Amino acid sequence: MIKSNIKLLVLSFLLLISLKPLQSAEMADPIKVDWSFKGLTGTFDRASLQRGFQVYKEVCASCHSMQYLSYRNLGESGGPEFSEQEVKAIAASFEIEDGPDSQGEMFTRPGKPSDKFKSPYPNVQAATAANGGAYPPDMSVLVKARKGGANYIYSVLVGYEDPPPGVTLDEGVYYNKYMAGNKIKMPNNLTDGLVEYADGTESTVDQMAKDVTTFLAWAAEPELEERHKTGVKVIIYLVLLTILVYLSMKKIWSRIDSEV
Amino acid sequence: MSEHEYTPKSKAGKWFNDRLPLLTLGAHLTDYPTPKNLNYWWTFGGILTFCLITQIVTGIVLAMHYVAHADLAFASVEHIMRDVNYGWLIRYIHSNGASMFFLAVYIHIFRSLFYGSYKSPREVIWIIGLMIYLLMMAAAFMGYVLPWGQMSFWGATVITNLFSAIPLVGDSITTWLWGAYSVDNPTLNRFFSLHYLIPFLILGLVVLHIWALHVPGNNNPVGIDIKKPSKDTVPFHPYITIKDAFALLVFMIIFAGFVFFTPNVLGHSDNYIPANPLVTPAHIVPEWYLLPFYAILRSVPDKLGGVILMFSAIFILFVLPWLDTSKVRSAVFRPIYRQFFWILVIDVLMLGYVGAMPAEGIYLVLARVGTIYYFLHFIIVMPVVGYLEKTDPIPMSISEPVLTGGAEPSLARKVNDKV
Repeated sequence: MIKSNIKLLVLSFLLLISLKPLQSAEMADPIKVDWSFKGLTGTFDRASLQRGFQVYKEVCASCHSMQYLSYRNLGESGGPEFSEQEVKAIAASFEIEDGPDSQGEMFTRPGKPSDKFKSPYPNVQAATAANGGAYPPDMSVLVKARKGGANYIYSVLVGYEDPPPGVTLDEGVYYNKYMAGNKIKMPNNLTDGLVEYADGTESTVDQMAKDVTTFLAWAAEPELEERHKTGVKVIIYLVLLTILVYLSMKKIWSRIDSEV
Repeated sequence: MSEHEYTPKSKAGKWFNDRLPLLTLGAHLTDYPTPKNLNYWWTFGGILTFCLITQIVTGIVLAMHYVAHADLAFASVEHIMRDVNYGWLIRYIHSNGASMFFLAVYIHIFRSLFYGSYKSPREVIWIIGLMIYLLMMAAAFMGYVLPWGQMSFWGATVITNLFSAIPLVGDSITTWLWGAYSVDNPTLNRFFSLHYLIPFLILGLVVLHIWALHVPGNNNPVGIDIKKPSKDTVPFHPYITIKDAFALLVFMIIFAGFVFFTPNVLGHSDNYIPANPLVTPAHIVPEWYLLPFYAILRSVPDKLGGVILMFSAIFILFVLPWLDTSKVRSAVFRPIYRQFFWILVIDVLMLGYVGAMPAEGIYLVLARVGTIYYFLHFIIVMPVVGYLEKTDPIPMSISEPVLTGGAEPSLARKVNDKV
């Protein structure tokens, strides 16, 4: 009786923590992709991260900021792992405003690995004004900031369609079946062959969407690989310690006529 | 407290102990006679102490890097996640630690409800425990505001707005709480200050909670008074310490599972969007551990009524020892109350579920039914069942049913039942 109730209790709790996200009726479920970074020991695909950075730099970065990342992050372990020279070259390709100097003047200089990613607009208002009243969200933690995470971001990137009959769209609004309300102000920026991948991979829309989503997933959780690795070690350690403590407990309680 | 006289062996120890009897306290805590039939539901006190200390330690480190300013808070959290050594680990332990803390406290509270641990002579332990629980909710709510994400901001707006339901002075109180005319930088600053203060208040209350516990001693699954020390008790150390350690380790494995493999599953994705007073999220929901109360709040069409009912849902627990008329503590010997206990558990879980759903249609109906049962359980069921119920025979001592068994075999099995 009590035991079955406990089962019910556990089930109810699982139900509680696995509540399906609320979705509007006209929003399609995101496509499920078998990401390499899923699961307990998931890691990022290094080549995909590097390609994804290229897509970000050449396509997304013209509107979206990534203000919490620094160029040095691109060379850190668990990320795209560009070489030190590559990171320096990437950083130096941006003009960064610095100052004030000893004369009180602001000046620009080539970027350094310690600089944060340069934002395309000076502030949110400028970004909003330049994009038809819709602020292109900062992408640093975008994957964590959306229900469905990487699957959702990927789905939106490949989810552009002609609107079904009867749906009229305003100027500068596009139809996307994975977006809430199916309306998005970001145009479909990906076309086959848009970027020329340095590693020779064919740049289909699907490939670019996967690569840039992988890059964004890393950007949102740069600690993911270390977290997974540490987690496995911690759990193994805890399980072994638990067994030892359990055996000690059994031994100690065997001194008296009571069960533990 | 004084089962025996303790005298330190060393001269220095005796000298010190005569002036501050810390060694006597240590000896008391070590020898503290504990019922030997405590089951694993009794290990959550130790687990909760661990949770509190974990939150305080990780919180102190986080506060070294966090910036309590509306323009900088979100960025400082990202700084912790990216640039501070193991900042991600410390923050994920702290954020998931809050959930684990509440998971443990709910089990602890329901254990008390099942075994009647709130009843005489343990009313004061129960009331101090409820005060801890109230402070925990305040600390958790304010802590959730600190990252200054969308759910932080709008959660704070919804909850602080509840006070505006108070007649006449409501709006003034809300403005006073905010320190501004809306949730803004002054609100964030004071929430940070209070969020840092409250855990130490909780720590003080925990000391009182344990002190009050050590006066009558632990309740136990049989719920009867026992002679201390006797063959029904074991010294706290090593018997209970090792058992608590084992249970704590199992708890830590689950905790680590969340921290390392699904650190954000218990949070809301909207809280990774920086707070924006101009954009309201589609659904404003509190953290899971506050959902049952949120459901009660929204089940009433009137704002003031909802607020009153929500606070009543907590404060009714304070008078629980006097609403329960049964002379028998443990639900093991209360066949009728036991059924109602499980209905209450399911009721609270259901309220939590509908609290996460939009307040409309079937969810609103369920919320209302759940709310009505919640109050009926305490106001009607507890006094009436306690009065009318024919309880099962209670053993004379913990050892008796286990050792002799003969007279009441079914009873012996029940008592032995390690729930």
